[in-house]
Amino acid sequence: MTTPTSKRPNYGAPLLILPSGRAGETALKLTGMLAIILPLSLLAILIGTTFIQGAERLSADFLTDLPSRRASAAGIGPALAGTGMLMVLTAAIALPLGIGAALWLEEYARPSRFTGFVELIISTLAGVPSIVYALLALEVFVRTLGMGRSILAGAATLALLVLPMIIMASREALRTVPHGLREASYGLGGDRWITLRTIVLPLALPGILTGVILALARAIGETAPLITIGALTYVAFVPDSLSSAFTALPIQIFNWVSRPSADFHVTAAAAIVVLLTVMLVMNGLAIWLRSRLQTRIEG
Amino acid sequence: MSAITPDTLSADTGPGGGSPLHAPVDLKTPRSLKERLIERLFGAFAMVSILTAAGIVIVLFGESVAFFQQVSFGQFFGDTQWTPLFSEPHFGIWPLITGTLLTTLIAISVALPLGLFAAIYLSEFASPRVRKVAKPSLELLAGIPTVVYGYFALSFVTPAIQSFIPGVSGANALAAGLVMGLMITPIIASLSEDAIYAVPRSLREGASALGGTKVRTIFRVVLPAAASGITASVILGLSRAIGETMIVAIAAGMEPNLTLDPREPVQTMTAFIVQVSLGDTPAGSLGFQTIFAVGLMLFLTTLVFNVISFRLRARLNRGGHA
Repeated sequence: MTTPTSKRPNYGAPLLILPSGRAGETALKLTGMLAIILPLSLLAILIGTTFIQGAERLSADFLTDLPSRRASAAGIGPALAGTGMLMVLTAAIALPLGIGAALWLEEYARPSRFTGFVELIISTLAGVPSIVYALLALEVFVRTLGMGRSILAGAATLALLVLPMIIMASREALRTVPHGLREASYGLGGDRWITLRTIVLPLALPGILTGVILALARAIGETAPLITIGALTYVAFVPDSLSSAFTALPIQIFNWVSRPSADFHVTAAAAIVVLLTVMLVMNGLAIWLRSRLQTRIEG
Repeated sequence: MSAITPDTLSADTGPGGGSPLHAPVDLKTPRSLKERLIERLFGAFAMVSILTAAGIVIVLFGESVAFFQQVSFGQFFGDTQWTPLFSEPHFGIWPLITGTLLTTLIAISVALPLGLFAAIYLSEFASPRVRKVAKPSLELLAGIPTVVYGYFALSFVTPAIQSFIPGVSGANALAAGLVMGLMITPIIASLSEDAIYAVPRSLREGASALGGTKVRTIFRVVLPAAASGITASVILGLSRAIGETMIVAIAAGMEPNLTLDPREPVQTMTAFIVQVSLGDTPAGSLGFQTIFAVGLMLFLTTLVFNVISFRLRARLNRGGHA
């Protein structure tokens, strides 16, 4: 028979099998620890094995050589250069757009229904799968704007992809600047732009840069959008202009991984080592910047 | 005069408050041309996001309309074969849906227990020092490029599975799903932990006062109170798994396969888009339009999941469960 109180869902069911005394507590604690240690050790093992596998290919030549039909002679020269150029271009596009948008939302616009709408759109965009951005870029950048399968089209795609992250990180950083400093600047006769340029932005900069670097570190690992806009998977030259065809590290890795030959998987492992190292350096840089930010606010 | 805000207050401190060089400024409506131009410029930058969102919707719907003028909904949702690039094409989306569903379900069945127990440990047991190290460490899992995860799945996980389970093909849904689970574990752990952490202390104390042990309190009081936040984390994890591309493109095979057998190769919606992009399907052709129709399905699915997750979390932030 159902009584009104039976509407309460029976959340207690798992307890039938769980001892609930001291032993149960220890079991739950150990399970929780295991749930953290297990995935991390798996990741460590996978990365470790990749390092060991790729070690034999790693050399200074590997970083500069062109890709080749022979796995042992293949290098990541054009891919590494492509990734570097992509990063610079992506930052050049996304940085002003992202910081500008953040400044507008935080410092200029009055909170209104419209700014609420803009915020909603930005957080929605942050959750759109990267391959969907690629379809937009394919239609707009590659075809309509006639950029073709160029490094500029690739950078523009990645810039759109990281823009929500950069805007959110920049707004966060702008909010940490105490309001009193702005007031002091206005009190001394500074107008809005002078206040932003000389007081607010310098103080928020480490926080903004931390966010930008983390976003770019994410961007250099992005593979699917670049493949979808048609980045070539075999490029034997370093891009020399904005309209040049290009390849990038993750695309090169994908190309080698999708070959049946185990030899090329070793080459892929070596390229993965390089990619992870670049990402590690960028993340380290972000952490260092963040710690600098903390000392500044305390001091 | 506009509404008094902290900004306007400082600028309107009476006559003589402003310097001779800069007139007292009503800071919400800049007067000088330079100020107005700068505001316009930044406003335009903010509009890029709106344009991006509008562009995504227009492009996906536009190409999909062209697609569905040639392929009926009946063919799209009624057929069970997906061979859009063959000379006798079939456009039944179901193999891609089951492929996506299969890898996503495998991923979530890995990530949910790991993420949830990690969250319970972090919020109920871990010392602040352990939390400070463990949380960012878990985030590492989400930071590894997906092409690298794809390599792990293909080169290490698949051979490992093959030595346990016979009859697993070289590309299979299981390895891709398992590795994807590793990738979304931090999302579930982090959002669930927020939800569990937000459960008011008084509820825990009340349960203890009634004689509940710690385990009983967690399972009967804390987790039910955090249920909507935990659900939000799972839904966001599902959305990420559905949109994930490279792991499945590398390790799950590229064969549209109407199956729920994890040992077999499958193709997901995302992997299909990659497959077409790798070939040279001419722009404007039906095969080319297909990726936009699939992209639209993908976009709408993840959008719905993200919105549900967002709503659940917003309820949590308002203290809906306090």
